Amino acid sequence: MTRLSENPVSGKYGKFGGRFVPETLMHALEELEEAYDRLSVDKKFKKELDNYLSEYAGRPTPLYYAENLTRSLGGAKIYLKREDLLHSGAHKINNTLGQGLLARRMNKHRVIAETGAGQHGVATAMAAAVLGLKAEIYMGAEDIERQKLNVFRMRLLGADVHSVESGSKTLKDAINEAMRDWVTNVETTYYLLGSAVGPHPYPKIVRDFQRVIGSEIRRQVTKAEGRLPDILVACVGGGSNAIGTFYPFIDDPEVRLIGVEAAGRGLETGEHAATLNVGEEGVLHGMLTFLLQDEDGQIQPTHSISAGLDYPGVGPEHALLKTLKRAEYKVADDKEAVDAFRRLSEMEGIVPALEPAHALAYVEKLAPTLSKDKVIVVCLSGRGDKDVEVVAKALGEEVRS
Amino acid sequence: MVAEALIRGGVDILELGVPFSDPIADGPTIQAASHQALNLGVTPKSVFSTVEKIKGKYDVPIVLLTYYNPIYRMGIGSFMETGRSHGVDGLIVPDLPVEESGEYRKFAEKYGVDTIFLASPATSVERLEKIVDVSSGFLYLVSLYGVTGARSKVEASTLDLVKRFKQYTSGRVNLAVGFGISKPEHVKSVVSAGADGAIVGSAFVKMVSEGVMLKRLEELAVSLKQPTRSPRA
Repeated sequence: MTRLSENPVSGKYGKFGGRFVPETLMHALEELEEAYDRLSVDKKFKKELDNYLSEYAGRPTPLYYAENLTRSLGGAKIYLKREDLLHSGAHKINNTLGQGLLARRMNKHRVIAETGAGQHGVATAMAAAVLGLKAEIYMGAEDIERQKLNVFRMRLLGADVHSVESGSKTLKDAINEAMRDWVTNVETTYYLLGSAVGPHPYPKIVRDFQRVIGSEIRRQVTKAEGRLPDILVACVGGGSNAIGTFYPFIDDPEVRLIGVEAAGRGLETGEHAATLNVGEEGVLHGMLTFLLQDEDGQIQPTHSISAGLDYPGVGPEHALLKTLKRAEYKVADDKEAVDAFRRLSEMEGIVPALEPAHALAYVEKLAPTLSKDKVIVVCLSGRGDKDVEVVAKALGEEVRS
Repeated sequence: MVAEALIRGGVDILELGVPFSDPIADGPTIQAASHQALNLGVTPKSVFSTVEKIKGKYDVPIVLLTYYNPIYRMGIGSFMETGRSHGVDGLIVPDLPVEESGEYRKFAEKYGVDTIFLASPATSVERLEKIVDVSSGFLYLVSLYGVTGARSKVEASTLDLVKRFKQYTSGRVNLAVGFGISKPEHVKSVVSAGADGAIVGSAFVKMVSEGVMLKRLEELAVSLKQPTRSPRA
């Protein structure tokens, strides 16, 4: 039997993944795969990337024992993987530096990217600036309205931001528009996808650039506890921080992997983004995976208080891990996420992004049911400065930025 | 209705679109039309009924353009069987490359539905051979790097592409050129370069969305058909 870590095989994770794209992009994907396969074993490339990750982005990030939170929950020991301390404030920069270097090596100096809340857009703009590339970012008109500060940050970093007016004017439409740009300019342009989604080889490339999270956890938790953790918890939108956290452990069946999706206003309301929990198989954005769709295969609108989880699909590797029951996928709703956001701020002096606040919300339920010798590691994928306004609004308070 | 005007205007094959929420290969005109069709409640099944109605009155081949998810969602076999029984002759699926089409081709063959694959300026000769091998009905040559939508003129690179690809399709499958074709002179130039047909979508859709008289759609069809009637050297 092949080990789980050997996926993808021929671009597939079991039956998931693949390459469902217009013919015009097939050559570019083959070229990307070939370049990536070559560079991923190139020592000079690895050294260059490692240097940017440590000296520019601030890796390794700490694994912090959240003693106050642990004590108050009265169960398992809780560690936080501090991706929020990275330059840019989130794990996205791991991937944009990796793919930015890849683009430069492929001699493609124009990079395009999609963004929802703006985190991937900002991380792309930073990588482009430091690596001497020209970045153009697609962002839904509705998200632009909600995230004006990030739009300004991207422009400040030298990127052009294009407003996407089609469809629901959010993340999925930004991906559609980026793909249309890529079809048009494929000869000169690198598409810097932000999550572990899309046609092969993107889910693999993004996972590989994010697996540094899990590799560091493995080393750090072994040092702190003398053994592997019992449970890893991460939030799942497209699933890049989760797969980066899980991947170095997927061949260790004794480590439980738990992804937490956004239940939005509640699964029963239909206003959520819990793709793995209630979605069904289908094809979108180049991949076969689980999707939130209607009976005719039309993609459904999603909702989450956290824009980073607001996506109707999910990475194909998560689809496989779910099907094989290797990972479990739970949910937390808007209110639970806001509560967890406040609790971590008050208890540990750490303001988490609303995305990992979903993972924290689930841990608050889980930890008290476990004995004190159990070890949980939560991926704190980003910091919450960007969400302060949204949270204030949810709590009925007025803040002005 | 629109289809009748086009048939009266002389189209050889009628292409109907199944609307999809996320049409990544389409430009603004067809995006807007898809969006509007979805709002009006158009579904794959209602498109099948439309096909059946047209087939009841006219003897014209009808192909559907649909993204892959509506097919996958209905079940590939079920989509093919139901489509065929309503008169669908072929399918164009812009996000289904040859490599992912095993099941799809199996069912298409079983139910007698043509598999119209696409080739593009980025397609290598090696890929083109593979695509021609599994294409039936016709081969859809995407004329340019980009999405659907009318352009003012046909680029010289498109004509070179037609000439180059024609030698691999000749005697095996008809070559039809689409994307950007909207005027009789466009049709004339691609046909002179060796294409067996031209595909016009956005130009008609735009007229429909602007609410022009059916008579004008028919006139455009007549004028687009005209350059294909004269014998080629």
